[in-house]
Amino acid sequence: MMTETAQRDETPVLAIKDLRIQIGGLDVVDGVSLRADRGRILAVVGESGCGKSLTALSILRLLPKAARIAEGRIELEGTDLAHLPEKDLEDIRGNQASIIFQEPIASLNPLMRVGAQVEEALRLHRGLSHAEAQREALAMLVSVGIPDPQRRARQYPFELSGGMCQRVMIAAALICRPRLLIADEPTTALDVTIQAQILDLMKRLRDEVGTSIIIITHDMGVVAEMADDVAVMYGGRVVERGPVDTIFAAPAHPYTHLLLATVPRLDGHRKSALRTIEGIVPGVDQWPKGCRFRSRCPLATDVCARRPSLDPVDATGHAAACWHKDRLREIA
Amino acid sequence: MTNPGSTLLSVRDLKIHFPIRGSQGGVVKAVDGISFDIPSGRTVALVGESGCGKSTTAYGIIGLEPVTSGSIQFEGREIAHLDKQSRRALATDIQIVFQDPSAALNPKMAIGDSIGEPLVIQGWRRDERKQRVRELLDLVGLPEAYAERTPNALSGGQRQRVVIARALALSPKLLVLDEPVSALDVSIRSQILNLLMELQKELGLSYLFISHDLSVVRHLADDVIVMYLGTVVEEGGAEALFEAPQHPYTQALISAIPLPDPRAQRSRERIILKGDLPSPLNPPTGCPFVGRCPIRIEPCGTIRPSLQPVPSGTRAACLVRAPATLAA
Ligand SMILES: Nc1ncnc2c1ncn2[C@@H]1O[C@H](COP(=O)(O)OP(=O)(O)OP(=O)(O)O)[C@@H](O)[C@H]1O
Ligand SMILES: Nc1ncnc2c1ncn2[C@@H]1O[C@H](COP(=O)(O)OP(=O)(O)OP(=O)(O)O)[C@@H](O)[C@H]1O
Ligand code: SF4
Ligand code: SF4
Ligand SMILES: [Mg+2]
Ligand SMILES: [Mg+2]
Repeated sequence: MMTETAQRDETPVLAIKDLRIQIGGLDVVDGVSLRADRGRILAVVGESGCGKSLTALSILRLLPKAARIAEGRIELEGTDLAHLPEKDLEDIRGNQASIIFQEPIASLNPLMRVGAQVEEALRLHRGLSHAEAQREALAMLVSVGIPDPQRRARQYPFELSGGMCQRVMIAAALICRPRLLIADEPTTALDVTIQAQILDLMKRLRDEVGTSIIIITHDMGVVAEMADDVAVMYGGRVVERGPVDTIFAAPAHPYTHLLLATVPRLDGHRKSALRTIEGIVPGVDQWPKGCRFRSRCPLATDVCARRPSLDPVDATGHAAACWHKDRLREIA
Repeated sequence: MTNPGSTLLSVRDLKIHFPIRGSQGGVVKAVDGISFDIPSGRTVALVGESGCGKSTTAYGIIGLEPVTSGSIQFEGREIAHLDKQSRRALATDIQIVFQDPSAALNPKMAIGDSIGEPLVIQGWRRDERKQRVRELLDLVGLPEAYAERTPNALSGGQRQRVVIARALALSPKLLVLDEPVSALDVSIRSQILNLLMELQKELGLSYLFISHDLSVVRHLADDVIVMYLGTVVEEGGAEALFEAPQHPYTQALISAIPLPDPRAQRSRERIILKGDLPSPLNPPTGCPFVGRCPIRIEPCGTIRPSLQPVPSGTRAACLVRAPATLAA
């Protein structure tokens, strides 16, 4: 078993460096740096509109037309995807790196049998014969827990439940044993008992295949369940990151602290008033200058009108972007 | 005025079935014989997975969905089969709040007019309406000036406050809340939940609270009803139900919620159910949970269990955990 530090010294599977994404001249993602290490799960967490999906989509250059990468590097095992020609990207997508989305039914091809959709990447990237691809796809459907896979493989997406479609998506995403799996809210549309199955499956595949996983979520419970490392986003920036236990036990950023405090807990005091965060998440065109959490932060002072950098809190990789980390006690 | 704790709404053996048209035929038993009471001033939560019949139950109660059979009594009066006219009169007593505040508001209408709409229908005078809208905005914590705005100038959380204000316009006794915070950001959710708790204290409201978020349910509810395939599999006080759930489905449901605490989460024994919810078109003949149950026994495939009290204080429908002999 490798120690924490040894693992971190290894070249990361993915390193995003100072990524800036613009829509209509606005920096909707503004200087984001992230790293995903081999066999580890990174959770990216934050509220609606903070730039999680755009960051995820940019990795495989799947951004919507309106958005463009204005700056930054996206290194997949050393190759900068941000500046790679489209035809080279096609060799990477579904092969070295895959992405799955929130709505499995919407992301599958409605007119294609699910078995064929799982086989597709194999035929494309590995040049397998029809029979070989079929055999591997069936084995994959078994390992993601699809009952009666022979029959299911011949069915169309509408004949499968949401949970089953998500398993098919995962099977298709993992069939080429990618080094990196990006999962954008993979269980948000599913029931909790099905969510438990899917999260369990993702962890098992990480253990067996060694895939590095980036999971995007707004659910702190899912973060606690899945993550080795956490990045908290607000207003298009990473405001805090670190090992999961540290982020939950000793958050250093006021936003992380409040986010954790607002959710009712299964062991909390029933009917007590819940902690709230004042105000609302501002729109992209209304983020304050300097620290973008300033309009809602109980600790804000004049200095917060300047942008705080994501500075290390300790030597474990824990870092936070806040001028007043030392005053966090005041809101506890 | 109803006394706090006395029964406000009483549902008995409620069934709401949907016939399926087309070659296959058949019937979806969306709600299939459920019974529960809502005491005055309390919160009763309906929980369970997608498609188990929570919304259909709610729609039956507010008269949006015709009741197939069974009884719904409001303050002792039968309301399950009322005509449209009498239903409308009942709107002063029972109101509903839906999940998506954006869909619930007319985008072209000023907030103040949206809130005042139920008052127009009940024939309130213009000046009375204005006064009441001001009171309502204040009640839900929005500035009076917002009356002039349209919904697009409001955030999701503010829109949900508007929807709640409108539901409260006629001073109802019962508020049906169908996933009222599911569409909201985490940081806004707690604001709305606090508001709901405050309003209940202040106005003595009763809530039928529908949610799939069990942490929220545990926080707010007095009583909890767990549904599976249109039936109740367990019910009881929130304390007992979360402390010591007895039905294997309730146990799986609670154990499936990821706790926002990585250390606790790692040391937790989790029950991961196999398989999906069966189709309500072909429900199993015996226990509805039989296809996914980790502790099923032979008779579960043929005998349908009924709710029976268990020593931990809840009532469960399970041949193993709550055998009928206990009831005697
Ligand atoms: N195609 C687009 N055109 C214009 N603006 C967009 C587009 N896609 C995203 N945005 C804006 O960019 C910002 C970041 O969006 P993004 O989808 O990354 O958020 P998110 O963190 O994934 O939120 P959610 O939790 O709601 O999925 C949002 O304010 C959004 O409105
Ligand atoms: N008008 C209808 N016609 C036919 N079937 C219906 C109709 N309305 C609901 N159903 C079915 O009845 C069952 C119960 O649906 P309902 O909407 O009450 O579930 P729910 O518990 O509210 O689920 P969710 O958590 O997804 O909102 C489902 O199987 C649904 O497909
Ligand atoms: S920098 Fe200032 S405004 Fe931003 S989180 Fe820290 S204290 Fe709050
Ligand atoms: S009655 Fe049988 S199948 Fe149903 S929950 Fe109990 S043990 Fe499981
Ligand atoms: Mg998103
Ligand atoms: Mg519903």
